Amino acid sequence: MPIATHRYADTLVAMPAGRIDHASASQFENELLPLLEQARDGNGALVLDFSGVEYISSGGLRVLMIAATRMRSQQGRLLVSDLRSVVAEIFAISRFDRVLTVAPTLETALGSCSAAALAAYRRSTATP
Amino acid sequence: MKRVRFWGTRGSLPIALTADAVRRKLLAVLRAARGRELATDADVERFLAGVPFADTGTYGGHSSCVQLDTAGDDFFVCDMGSGLRPFGQAAMAQRAGKAGQTFHVFQSHLHWDHIMGLPFFVPAFIPGNRVVIYGGHEDLEFALRRQQERPSFPVDFSIFGAAMEFVRLEPGRVYDIAGVRISMLLQRHAGDSYGYRFEANGRTVVYSTDSEHPLGDAAHLDRFVDFFRGADLVIFDAMYSLADAITVKADWGHSSNVVGVELCQRAGARHLCLFHHEPVFDDAAIDAVLAETRRLEEITRGGSPLQVSAAYDGLEIPL
Repeated sequence: MPIATHRYADTLVAMPAGRIDHASASQFENELLPLLEQARDGNGALVLDFSGVEYISSGGLRVLMIAATRMRSQQGRLLVSDLRSVVAEIFAISRFDRVLTVAPTLETALGSCSAAALAAYRRSTATP
Repeated sequence: MKRVRFWGTRGSLPIALTADAVRRKLLAVLRAARGRELATDADVERFLAGVPFADTGTYGGHSSCVQLDTAGDDFFVCDMGSGLRPFGQAAMAQRAGKAGQTFHVFQSHLHWDHIMGLPFFVPAFIPGNRVVIYGGHEDLEFALRRQQERPSFPVDFSIFGAAMEFVRLEPGRVYDIAGVRISMLLQRHAGDSYGYRFEANGRTVVYSTDSEHPLGDAAHLDRFVDFFRGADLVIFDAMYSLADAITVKADWGHSSNVVGVELCQRAGARHLCLFHHEPVFDDAAIDAVLAETRRLEEITRGGSPLQVSAAYDGLEIPL
C-alpha cells in the first residue's frame, strides 16, 4: 500500500502504516525514497508520522537510516514522530533513538520544521 | 551433544577486570546487603542470587573459544582465542594428563583474537595427542605457523609434540566428524569467516561469530535463517548495537543483538546466546544489553519463546 502523504505549508508529512518487517522492508524502501525528492519542494524537511506503524524490523530501520542520510546530503531533515510504545522500545534497544530525530508528536515535529507548518497543522486540527 | 561451555567470549581483544572494577562490584554488593539478615551461608547464597550478575560476576575477558561437549571421547572446540589456554588446562585435568586425546578445532577465521590461544594450548605439546584444525581458509596452516615465528613469538610451531593436522572444509558440504554432522556457511567479515552448524544426538548448535549481515540483502538473510533453522542454540556475534552496526561501524564485520533475535525468531531457534562482546563494554553494559534483548524478544515474539543469554567465560548451557 502506498504511503499516504500530506503537506503542511512547506513541510511534507508521510504516514506509513502496518508492519515494516523483513518481508515488507524493500517495499517500504521503494515507497519512501521517492518522497525524499518531494520534500525538496518545501523547506527540505520530511516528517514520518509513525502513529500507524505497529512494528519495524532491522530492515525497516536500515531504510530510515538511508533516508536520513540522503536527507542530510540534500540539506534536508528527516524526523520521525508518534512512535507506538513497541516501536519506541525497538528504537531504544537498537539505539536508533540516538541517530534519528524522534519527536513525541507530529505537532512537535512540525514545530521544529517551520512556523508555517505548525500553523497549518493547528488550523487543520482546530475545532470550528 | 550434551552441553556447550564457554571459555572465551570477548570480541577483538581479551580484557582484564581491573582493581577499580572489582571494588565497584564489592561496593554495590555491600550496599545491597545493608540491613539484610546474612547469618548463614545459605542466607548469603540466597541474597547473592538476587544481585545483578554485573555485581557478583563478570562476563570475562578471554577472546573466542567455545567447547561443545559431545557424547564421544573427542574434544570439540570452536576457535582458538585466548580462552583456549584455560580450556586446555581443564581438558588435561579432566583426562588426568593422559595422552591419546583428539581435539577437533573449528576456526571461524584467522584473525588474531581467534588464534592467539594456540601457543599456550598445553595438550598440543603432548606427544600422542592429536589436534585437528578445520577451517575454510586457504591459509589456515600458514596463519597458525606464522604467529609463532620470530619476532612475534619465541617458540616455533614445530615445538608441538602432538600430531597437528589441518583440514580444509567447504561450505555447502556436510561432514561427519567423530559422529557429529557438521556444515559450514561463508560469512561476511574482512578476509571471510565461516559459521558452523553441529548436529548430534538430536541436538543442534550453531556457532556464528564475526559475521555481518547486510540488511538489504534478502538472499543473504534467508541463507542464515536456513542455517539457524530449528537450532537448540545459536551462538551469535552481537558485538554492536544495530545503529552502530549499520552506521559508524558498517563493514566492520560484526552484528547486533537485534539482528540475532530476528534471525533466530525466523529460524525457529530455541536459544540465542549473545557472543563476542564489545571489549569497551563493562559488565553492567552487557547486563543491560541482555535485558534489552530479552525485552525485544518478548515484544516481537510471534511463535514459541526464544531464550536469550549472554555468554560469559565459564558459562555452561545444557542442550
